[in-house]
Amino acid sequence: MATPMLRWCCPGRRWIFAGIGGGSRHGRGVPTGSTSSGKKGQSSVAQQPLITAQKPRKGEREWAAVVGLEIHAQIASNSKLFSGSQVDFAAPPNSLVSFFDASLPGTLPVLNRRCVEAAVMTGLALDCHINRKSLFDRKHYFYADLPAGYQITQQRLPIAVNGSLAYSVCVGKRWSQMVTRTVGVKQIQLEQDSGKSLHDNLRSQTLIDLNRAGVGLLEVVLEPDMSCGEEAAAAVRELQLILQALGTSQANMAEGQLRVDANISVHHPGEPLGVRTEVKNLNSARFLAKAIDYEIQRQISELENGGKILNETRSFDYKLGCTVPMRDKEGKQDYRFMPEPNLPPLLLYDSGSLPTGADPQQVIDIDQLRERLPELPRVTREKLVRQYGMLPEHSFALLNEVGLLEFFQNVIKETRAEPKKVTSWVLNTFLGFLKQQNLAVSESPVTPSALAELLDLLDRKAISSSAAKQAQCVKTRKNSILIKGGLPPHLQPHLTVSGGRKVPGTQRTLTNKHPEG
Amino acid sequence: MWARAVWLGLRASAGGRRGFPSKAAHQGSRRVTAELIEHLERLALVDFGSQEAVARLEKAIAFADRLRAVDTDGVEPMESVLEDRCLYLRSDNVVEGNCAEELLQNSHRVVEEYFVAPPGNISWPKLDEKEPFSHR
Repeated sequence: MATPMLRWCCPGRRWIFAGIGGGSRHGRGVPTGSTSSGKKGQSSVAQQPLITAQKPRKGEREWAAVVGLEIHAQIASNSKLFSGSQVDFAAPPNSLVSFFDASLPGTLPVLNRRCVEAAVMTGLALDCHINRKSLFDRKHYFYADLPAGYQITQQRLPIAVNGSLAYSVCVGKRWSQMVTRTVGVKQIQLEQDSGKSLHDNLRSQTLIDLNRAGVGLLEVVLEPDMSCGEEAAAAVRELQLILQALGTSQANMAEGQLRVDANISVHHPGEPLGVRTEVKNLNSARFLAKAIDYEIQRQISELENGGKILNETRSFDYKLGCTVPMRDKEGKQDYRFMPEPNLPPLLLYDSGSLPTGADPQQVIDIDQLRERLPELPRVTREKLVRQYGMLPEHSFALLNEVGLLEFFQNVIKETRAEPKKVTSWVLNTFLGFLKQQNLAVSESPVTPSALAELLDLLDRKAISSSAAKQAQCVKTRKNSILIKGGLPPHLQPHLTVSGGRKVPGTQRTLTNKHPEG
Repeated sequence: MWARAVWLGLRASAGGRRGFPSKAAHQGSRRVTAELIEHLERLALVDFGSQEAVARLEKAIAFADRLRAVDTDGVEPMESVLEDRCLYLRSDNVVEGNCAEELLQNSHRVVEEYFVAPPGNISWPKLDEKEPFSHR
């Protein structure tokens, strides 16, 4: 049998599977509903945007993939959702745990105001309808890191519904061909995080740390409007930027502050949706698109070979680069949702409905929060394009790196050079230099003033472009040589900083300036 | 409102004796099967130790089914007896925690400030692997 070949027939995400005798219609599963929170059953024919495709060869049939996402973002708050213990990423095990978090009898949940505000702000930023009344429920399942045996969530009536998230993907080969797509936001709900399990396979036991148990999460459910890994990754990236701009979550995937589960199915265009699988443990931006695309390919291969797709939960194995069925998930989960009996409905107000004489600490005014919303990334980018005449993809690049926008704006303030020149220099030469030295913007030895000065010289044609580039590099090495006190190169030790990065030369500068490292 | 609903229910069952049994027959025909018991035991980790316990469950279901006799068309369900209460909002301050030692005392096994649990959930034996339940 010839090796099956998977072809992308166009940027619009139609998948073609070319195998021998392809085109037979076996193995299509029955679409199933699910008891998991908030997910709609995929039982209708999908509306796929029809983008011009190559004509499929005889015997081939097109496949279309459908991807929905459930994104959990840890709320940036001092204390947890229902208790007053601290939220912190690194602390001694079980030191940030209150009696409620440990689920000791007699404890009750008390809602954190900041978490509600975070949810409302996120809902407003994503154009959602904010439910004036929302309810809390219990979702039951047994696991050692869930001491209560249930998670408090909002299944029946979440705090925000029916929004949308606009993101950009590049179509075609060049980065400059960007199109804007939209994905529907089904709902946003408040829920508790679980503790952490550390599996000790050697001694056949699991170690439980409840520091994370009870931390507030925003679950953002994205409709299955996406059709491949790249779109999903772009949507997640944009959501990350929005959450960071709002300050509602630091959304750092590496620290587990942003976790993504994907619901993936494939079908032939025009036919009903296929059986969906859920892929969990997508905790890295790098592997998000890969994992989703792998699963799409796996499902297509399976169906083309006459197999069936099971409505199961799978996990992404980073080492093997593939999805594997998860243990401990026998059949469909029945969460036995019930209203949380210890919490009354959550009521939100706006300027028109604020109860008179109410304690301001006890009421949340949606209109007030809307007025105080920070500028969203989309708006920032539009402003950059308008103000400085840069291309849209440049505005994306400026926002994509932490601290780069601020750096750019500081340079602009101090230099007489044209904005377009500044843009080009910052994005190409400066950023390229940082990447080469493996530095973040905050660690840049070149200050905005220094760069502004350099660009002024360039602008006055006092120095050539290549000289300027050299000067940028030399400047950093000059600083470091002065401070090192002239150690010959072969005696300079390579130092590791807390992030685990070894950087020769320039890093020495920083270590000496900042003794704490 | 709750009292009124109960009163209506009682009236319905008392007054509509002829109508009621047919409803009950329709509901009651769904007996509690062994599969359902196994499913419930797995979900809730309760032990239906005997036939008597299952009979009690069936009676409880039949009792609750009588609620269906009440006509609730157009009536908003009451989700919580707290629905008229105010949900208290707490300020975002750290006031608890730092009691690892106390909490760890509750655990049967502890390793270096971690609670110790078995690796993953212990899977419930399947129906045919278990002893027939009338022998328990």
